[in-house]
Amino acid sequence: MSWAPESNNPNFVGQVSTWRRALSPTGNTGDAIYRMLMLAVALLMVGIVVAMVIALLSDSMLSIRQFGFGFLTSQRWDPIKGEFGALPFIYGTVASSLIALLISVPFSLGIAIFLVEQAPQWLARPIGFLVELLAAIPSVVYGLWGIFVLAPFLRNHIQPLLAGAFGWLPLFKGQITGLGLLTGGIILAIMVTPIISAVVRDVLTAVPGTQREAALALGATKWEMIRVVLVNGAPGIAGAVILGLGRALGETMAVTMVIGNRPEISLSLFDPSYTIASAIANEFTEATGDLYLSSLVELGLILFLVTFVVNGIARVLVWNVTRKTGGVGRAA
Amino acid sequence: MTGLTALCTVLAVGALLIILSYIAWKGIGALNIQFLTDVPRPVGEGGGIGNAILGSVVLLLLSSVIGLPLGICVGVYLSEIGRGRFGGAVRFIVDTLTGIPSIVTGVFVYAVLVLPMKHFSAWAGGIALALIMVPIVARTTEEMLKLVPHSLREGALALGAPQWRVTLGVVIPAAAPGIATGAMLAIARVSGETAPLLFTAFGSRFFPTSLNEPIASLTVQIYNYAISPYDEWHAQAWAATLVLMTLVLGINIVVRFLTRKRF
Repeated sequence: MSWAPESNNPNFVGQVSTWRRALSPTGNTGDAIYRMLMLAVALLMVGIVVAMVIALLSDSMLSIRQFGFGFLTSQRWDPIKGEFGALPFIYGTVASSLIALLISVPFSLGIAIFLVEQAPQWLARPIGFLVELLAAIPSVVYGLWGIFVLAPFLRNHIQPLLAGAFGWLPLFKGQITGLGLLTGGIILAIMVTPIISAVVRDVLTAVPGTQREAALALGATKWEMIRVVLVNGAPGIAGAVILGLGRALGETMAVTMVIGNRPEISLSLFDPSYTIASAIANEFTEATGDLYLSSLVELGLILFLVTFVVNGIARVLVWNVTRKTGGVGRAA
Repeated sequence: MTGLTALCTVLAVGALLIILSYIAWKGIGALNIQFLTDVPRPVGEGGGIGNAILGSVVLLLLSSVIGLPLGICVGVYLSEIGRGRFGGAVRFIVDTLTGIPSIVTGVFVYAVLVLPMKHFSAWAGGIALALIMVPIVARTTEEMLKLVPHSLREGALALGAPQWRVTLGVVIPAAAPGIATGAMLAIARVSGETAPLLFTAFGSRFFPTSLNEPIASLTVQIYNYAISPYDEWHAQAWAATLVLMTLVLGINIVVRFLTRKRF
């Protein structure tokens, strides 16, 4: 064939072999190596995530076979009898994250609106930096502060007030120890606020100035104009909230230290609770027996799937808004 | 209404200042040279966090050596080469990796490294931290590389440079400050990680002698001291927190200072 390098066709001088040409359009060896290297690295990433899913699945197989779907609905967590159920942890994770969002979203929206619409430029940048610094504080530091500052404060001042005023609600019954679902929710709220406010800031900045000018030109007051901007950025704001939810769901150390770690479902906010991440952190190195370990890994699998779905939804809603500096996140 | 939003901001900044000043106030008390160089001792005998500081440095170095080159390569791939369906899939995978709770990463590394090796090790801890670092570095690298104007690439290509030369010799140096700040932020983030280290590096009460052994780290030490019942250890936890926060905040403030002109 006339394109083969081994042929004696004088019309083709310096022809490159086909496999090298497939890898690099220019035929350059360096290019071929470079592209292969980059492809290998990209495939490594894919391989790691696939390996994660496989490892989590295979290590939780024992527990999945033993309990089936009942794992998700059973309230028993009894390592001695070998009966494990995830419902208390799912409840604790969801409840603490919801409380965190309930507290954090109004604050985050307020901060974002203040920084984007109202504060002068020279003030917005340093204040914005300070709010983002909240995200840089490690989780274990929040936990430490939570145990020794927030919990006593809640126990001595806030929770008696709440019990006195609203004690007739099942939400505020029970022993006041300072460590419980409410404390966990408040700490999570503080940790999640910088993330939600940062993304909402980006979303609001991305709303075109013409929208604001149009609203003002039609005679809107400043706050009516801000409402227009909020409606305009509503999908992005929803995405920011869901992103915060994703973070709150996976938060481990701070929650472990203040939530009380009791695997029981209770309606009261003062009672201790238990999240999936806390359970894994507390009991993983002390799990006796394969079924115990396998149940903990199954909890990890549930957490992985839930955060995967939640983050996916958030990404779809916020996909146009990227963080330029990225990486200003918080460690768990 | 203006007052309300301003109040929200004041509360947020106030929370930050309260936390930081409390750490400084509580931590200063137990901080001294002996504390920074000694190993942990039984209650009543003093002791320090020397091995924890060294352990954290070792883990950070290990994870940076593994995670930074990998992350930068993935970022280069996403920005320069990855196009179409496969590039989109890889970007999706990297975004997924960013959102995985760090404790799940720890469980994965436990299953893949610690179980076969039959012991905890600094290697496992470093790899777990690297897995957390890679998606962060990849995303910031991709962002920084995208900011490099196309005319630079086109000029280099027009001069006859092969594609790998263009990327390595022109684009990456042009984006180098941004990539460096992204790397620093990733290091700051990873230095505060506790959960994945709980069952990979595990923790130790001695100075590290080999990377195949469990190794102490500042964050795990703070956690262990914080949940202990001894006041003396609580004081040491605050002092260790002060050390950790100095490192983390220092990096964040330096990065912000270096990137201020870009905005």
